[in-house]
Amino acid sequence: MDMQTNLLDRLFDAGLLIDTGVDGLYGRSGAFEDVIARFEALIARHAPEATAEVIRFPPGMNRAHFEGSGYMKSFPQLAGTVHSFCGCELDHVNLLQCMAEGDDWTGKQEATDVVLTPAACYPLYPTIAKRGPLPEGGGLFDLQSYCFRHEPSKDPARMQLFRMREFVRIGTPDDVMAFRSDWMERGSKLIAAVGLDVELDTANDPFFGRAGKMLGNNQRDQKLKFELLIPVTSATAKTACLSFNYHQDHFGQTWGLKTANGETAHTACVGFGLERIALALFARHGLDTADWPEPVRKALWG
Amino acid sequence: MATADTIRTILAQHGKLPVDAATLGEDSDLYAAGLSSFASVQLMLAIEEEFDIEFPENLLNRKTFSTIATIVEVVTELSKDQQAA
Repeated sequence: MDMQTNLLDRLFDAGLLIDTGVDGLYGRSGAFEDVIARFEALIARHAPEATAEVIRFPPGMNRAHFEGSGYMKSFPQLAGTVHSFCGCELDHVNLLQCMAEGDDWTGKQEATDVVLTPAACYPLYPTIAKRGPLPEGGGLFDLQSYCFRHEPSKDPARMQLFRMREFVRIGTPDDVMAFRSDWMERGSKLIAAVGLDVELDTANDPFFGRAGKMLGNNQRDQKLKFELLIPVTSATAKTACLSFNYHQDHFGQTWGLKTANGETAHTACVGFGLERIALALFARHGLDTADWPEPVRKALWG
Repeated sequence: MATADTIRTILAQHGKLPVDAATLGEDSDLYAAGLSSFASVQLMLAIEEEFDIEFPENLLNRKTFSTIATIVEVVTELSKDQQAA
């Protein structure tokens, strides 16, 4: 934890991240944002997915789609819902009184139709399913969104609101597996190009509870998730900066996604944790980008 | 006591299989028969309740729930151990 707090304090002192008083909720400086923008441009140069359909959803998604996704079965502890005041004038007076007295004022807050997006691809599947069967060859999508996960931490690499860039492939099992294995190779090269050490390993999602332990073990046994681990706050306990996920027909079944010949579609995605990658770069090359090694600067700024 | 038939009954109730559990042999691969990851969790929880046992973490994996015969074997062992304790 010391190393994590140490890096976080150094990032605050350098003005790269801005403290808001809530762990995992930070402002970003222009220099920090520039690194993310340059890295995203580098992703674009490495991606042969020029044909990917670009879609940008806001960081909130339709609550009905969130409910249908099954997210609460697996990660109830991470979800964030948006609530708003829905009371009458008297309720408003009471609310202000509670606030003034430091009491709980949230009792009359009611769930809206918006849930904070937990992963960039969650709003995609119902959107594509609504279009009907996929065209011949399936679909390929380029997404980026702020995502929310309720896990306050002093570890700067575990933010509550962070950006995820994703490519998602929807199609036959062969198509989506080929996509994932291509990206595992490409992702490692991309990270090596910016001077970071990489290690590819099987992984599992942080499913909730004892049932979650079993889901996690199943995920590992079936090699459904791989992560690219990079040192951020520690050389030994590395941080997952990219993940490569094969969902089998989970989202295909959930949303009724069909291939051109009417079979249930399979899906896979590659996700880049953009803040984590930026943090890994700052941790490795220093807090002033002007001092970064020439090959790294060239890869990012040209 | 766990027998192939009691496990088959629980499987029929909680396994959400696309096939009739009665047609499954003791060594049939349940995943090949359509047992999903989520359904295997429900199966696990139902078995714990039925036999008043708790699967230790090292057995919460695909292999434990791969066939009726394996489940019977594991449940029989756990029942012995956990009653003795």
